[in-house]
Amino acid sequence: MARKLLLTHIDVPGIHTFEVYRQKGGYRAVEKALKTLTPEEVVEEVKKSGLRGRGGAGFPTGMKWSFLAKPEGVPRYLVCNADESEPGTFKDRYLMTHIPHALIEGMIVSSYALGANTSYIYVRGEMMPQIRILERAIAEAKNAGLLGKNILGTGYDLEVYVQPGGGAYICGEETALLESLEGKRGNPRIKPPFPAVSGLYNCPTVVNNVESIAATVPIINDGGEEYAKIGIERSTGTKLISAGGNLNKPGVYEIELGLPVEEFIYSDAYCGGIANGKRLKAVVAGGSSVPILPANLILKTLKGEPRLMTYESLADGGFQSGTMLGSGGFIAYDEDQCIVRNTWNFTRFYHHESCGQCSPCREGTGWMEKVLHKIEHGHGSFSDIDLLVDVAKKIEGNTICPLGDAAAWPVASAIRHFRDEFEWHVTNGQEAQARNYGLAHYADPLEPVI
Amino acid sequence: MLSVKQNEPLEFTEEMLGKFAEIVTRYPEGRQKSALLPILHEVQANYGWLSVPAMDRVAAYLQLEAIEVYEVATFYTMYFLQPQGKYALEVCRTGPCCLVGAERIMKHIEERLGVKEGEVTSDGLFSWRGVECLAACGYGPVLQIGPEYTFYENLTEAGVDKLIDELKEKASANGQSPIANG
Repeated sequence: MARKLLLTHIDVPGIHTFEVYRQKGGYRAVEKALKTLTPEEVVEEVKKSGLRGRGGAGFPTGMKWSFLAKPEGVPRYLVCNADESEPGTFKDRYLMTHIPHALIEGMIVSSYALGANTSYIYVRGEMMPQIRILERAIAEAKNAGLLGKNILGTGYDLEVYVQPGGGAYICGEETALLESLEGKRGNPRIKPPFPAVSGLYNCPTVVNNVESIAATVPIINDGGEEYAKIGIERSTGTKLISAGGNLNKPGVYEIELGLPVEEFIYSDAYCGGIANGKRLKAVVAGGSSVPILPANLILKTLKGEPRLMTYESLADGGFQSGTMLGSGGFIAYDEDQCIVRNTWNFTRFYHHESCGQCSPCREGTGWMEKVLHKIEHGHGSFSDIDLLVDVAKKIEGNTICPLGDAAAWPVASAIRHFRDEFEWHVTNGQEAQARNYGLAHYADPLEPVI
Repeated sequence: MLSVKQNEPLEFTEEMLGKFAEIVTRYPEGRQKSALLPILHEVQANYGWLSVPAMDRVAAYLQLEAIEVYEVATFYTMYFLQPQGKYALEVCRTGPCCLVGAERIMKHIEERLGVKEGEVTSDGLFSWRGVECLAACGYGPVLQIGPEYTFYENLTEAGVDKLIDELKEKASANGQSPIANG
């Protein structure tokens, strides 16, 4: 049985309440950290755990914390990124809905480690029910003396506030989130300075994903070394995977990093295979921004090794034949799904969500959307396919924030792996309106494309 | 629900002002601009949308220039700059939901309500639009209805019909007139 660290008590009735959460051992990590560890020791445990940012970038959390500037007399802030907006990802909503105290406990431990006395949880505005749930959880924790002044008599003060967003994907980017939290448009800032030096209100700030913050609870309870024993190499611990698309059992699963992708898709302990008895065509493994892979390449690397759910294994083969773990937004496509239509859909999303600051992204996403719309609706030409590759290349790396890359990669990878299907839309424009391309030859292993 | 005319100045209720005051305490001294997004949500929850007079009033309350409020209200997709139906149905139209039928659901809503995306039904009860990923990809197709942002998951055509009927009944039981169009 796979170990669970975050969702251990997910099935316990009433686990969303303070009382039940506490009965099940909740807030032990706060007691341990505040009463027996210095802030530096908490940071050290998180470093030892090997925890990597669970929002998508995978940057080591302990290292991020150690970059925080600590000038005298200047407040420091912890901001939780709960703007979960990456298509395919819904794990943070799940965690906040069912075990809100896991996040609050993690906020206290993490804020203590960083020396923050005021922290914010920036939740996307559409998650109003979750905002209410968190506000209630904060009130409960405060009532129990775990928040506010002189927590547990240790002299440590902390207030945690919930901030709603306004509906903008870009606010998941940490500097856009900080702008938004300051009451402005969500335009990403030019870095440097990084938030660790000048973040919220120009003060040193750490921005961490919901799952990363919640993961500090088991790390403090069991020790960083214990946490690091789970997983493979630099992919330590457990990860919440949001499974969606054409699966028998879509939902949120906590996996030990290192689980084979094949087992995750087909085992009854996880997704239970492809819905309606169909065959798997493709997978987007880490949220809409990461490269899409055809079935054969998501199950095995180009070297023929089983693909594992780790940062390294999913990236094996680079952009030629690999992808990324990203946020863990796992989208499965069955044989009847149209890759061109899906790529058009994603590109429309990025065009809609571009903040408009950088012209390669603002203009490029719009052009890609138009060209893809043309191809999808049977009016494309072969040169359009090359044009898409060209535009994607010119967006990538040429923008302030990663939204440009996030918009370029799905297009580039879809054409790299499914070029036949794009060409078929060009040559069979009429037919493409009536039926989908289907699985075609992607059911069988591809010849190496290197 | 309160109503507002496009160009008439308005005053917020004591209750709203009390809520605003509480929100402002969450931020350091002089950083009251941080309260803008939460306060705009409160205003929209009370009036159904953000009119220019309402935004101007928020600007005055937070000691901001009006443009600072407009530029925020126009950036974020949740804020309505036009009156909506009493029930504004927002259907996720992004990739994962489309794999499981979101486009079909939007077509059905359009036919059932008899209005195009962004339009309000003649009785003022409903409007609808497609929105981008709502982070519920495992339970698609999904739609949400503000101001509570109640979620409706795993939608089917029959489920949508039932929801619309229930909302109609709820509206007539409450005896409330639909929100006024500015």
